[in-house]
Amino acid sequence: MRARAPLGLAVALVLALAACGSGGGNPAPRRTVTVLAAASLTEVFGRLEQRFEAEHPGVDVKISYGGSSDLAQQIVNGAPADVFAAANTSTMDTVARAGLAGQPRVFATNELRIAVPADNPKNIGSLADLAKDGVVLVVCAPQVPCGAATQKVATAAGVRLRPASEEPDVKSVLGKVVAGEADAGLVYVTDVHARGDRVRGVAFPEAAGARNDYPITVPSGAPEAELGRQFVELVRGQVGREALTAAGFQVP
Amino acid sequence: MAAAPSSPGPLRPDRPSVPFGRGGADRHRTRAALPWPLWGPALAGLGLLVLPVLGLVARADWVRLPELVTSDAALTALGLSLRTAAASTALCLLLGGPLAVVLARGRPPGLRVLRSLVLLPLVLPPVVGGLALLYLLGRTGLVGRYLDLYLGVRVPFTTTAVVLAQTFVAMPFLVVSLEGALRTAGDRYETVAATLGARPWTVFWRVTVPLLLPGLGSAVVLAFARALGEFGATIAFAGSLAGQTRTLPLEIYLQRESDVDGAVALSLLLVAVAAVVVVLARPRAVEGAR
Repeated sequence: MRARAPLGLAVALVLALAACGSGGGNPAPRRTVTVLAAASLTEVFGRLEQRFEAEHPGVDVKISYGGSSDLAQQIVNGAPADVFAAANTSTMDTVARAGLAGQPRVFATNELRIAVPADNPKNIGSLADLAKDGVVLVVCAPQVPCGAATQKVATAAGVRLRPASEEPDVKSVLGKVVAGEADAGLVYVTDVHARGDRVRGVAFPEAAGARNDYPITVPSGAPEAELGRQFVELVRGQVGREALTAAGFQVP
Repeated sequence: MAAAPSSPGPLRPDRPSVPFGRGGADRHRTRAALPWPLWGPALAGLGLLVLPVLGLVARADWVRLPELVTSDAALTALGLSLRTAAASTALCLLLGGPLAVVLARGRPPGLRVLRSLVLLPLVLPPVVGGLALLYLLGRTGLVGRYLDLYLGVRVPFTTTAVVLAQTFVAMPFLVVSLEGALRTAGDRYETVAATLGARPWTVFWRVTVPLLLPGLGSAVVLAFARALGEFGATIAFAGSLAGQTRTLPLEIYLQRESDVDGAVALSLLLVAVAAVVVVLARPRAVEGAR
């Protein structure tokens, strides 16, 4: 009996490791469609997931949200994906270079807003106001999509921004504004929608010149390509367009 | 585990021997056989710790490596990391050293609770620590609003914030190491010194501090290494601006978005720096980490 304890431990370990895998050993007839989506799509895709599962009994939609370039890296490195929805075209290009992109189509666009605390203490009304003395400004770093768009609008407006911080993602920027540490931040209009109670969005004309295209595709080699295609149809169809518009996206 | 005869110094007679390596004195004793089923998980565990670094090494673009790790952004971030980690290690020592002594010798009321509070940053996700610092010292924070109002001092988005964030996550390592060293040493030398008429300061400097010295190296190295790798608390509390708050881990996180090769190269740089730090103090670190 005594020798069996460590053996049991080893068996448990192996089982635990197996459970950490794809779960492919599960004989249940349920099918899973795996969606990798940009973090800014969280609210919209959450709603579409429920809709899709209601329309397809026995199908489980699993959505992994993250930074678009992280998700692209995952696909390039072999993560199974039936749908990939990115927040910009350059991350889709990364997947395309690996020959895995399938046929991406743009399904939504997003643009920047100046996020300010609800009471707008520094009276920000335009991009030029962001360069005023005493305004604590937080933006995305130029390496990430929202930061690239920020540079574009600043150049278009001829404004030299002096941010207190260049954050690695747009949610960090929003967080600094919500926490009251920053007087203003440049985020997407959809982020302002998502935190409408705590922040206000200030529109500015240059935003239209730096729109982000959101492409969606069924990557080649998708394990459930047919279900993936149906999910893409849902996103690009009437239901998807309405959900996207309600969240602040523009649809083509 | 009897005391190894090779233990340096008479002050730590009950120090347990090192679990592996350097066990010269043990060779002539009969050792209990290890149950064989331990080897499998042990090797798997070792693999889990070591193989990912190999993956990093394999993924690296060795041709472009020198150019990638000497880019302006990389050197700026490395310089900032080394400076802030050194500053926070000094702060850890200045504040954490006395804290360890008080915890080990002072018999403060509620010792158990105090010790749990000191350990809290060890179990908290660093990003939670960063948020906590933000809501204490931020512009609208508990203390920060008065700093801003009366002194015009704003901590977030400054290099000071980086040092505070690193100190927050690193100090428990130092306190735990030093307190452990003191407890292991026991307090009889201090008692004897006091009986012989030494004043508290004399006892502290002439007895307690020498007792601390053997554990100090490992404690400082652990704190420095932890500060060097700090990410979550820094991004949440200090933000990320080149030369000011963007330390090497933050630079890696950012480059990963646009240039994976660059991120891998910088990761290797950080691994190398950490390895140098740990190897320099390895013998002490192995003992101190017990």
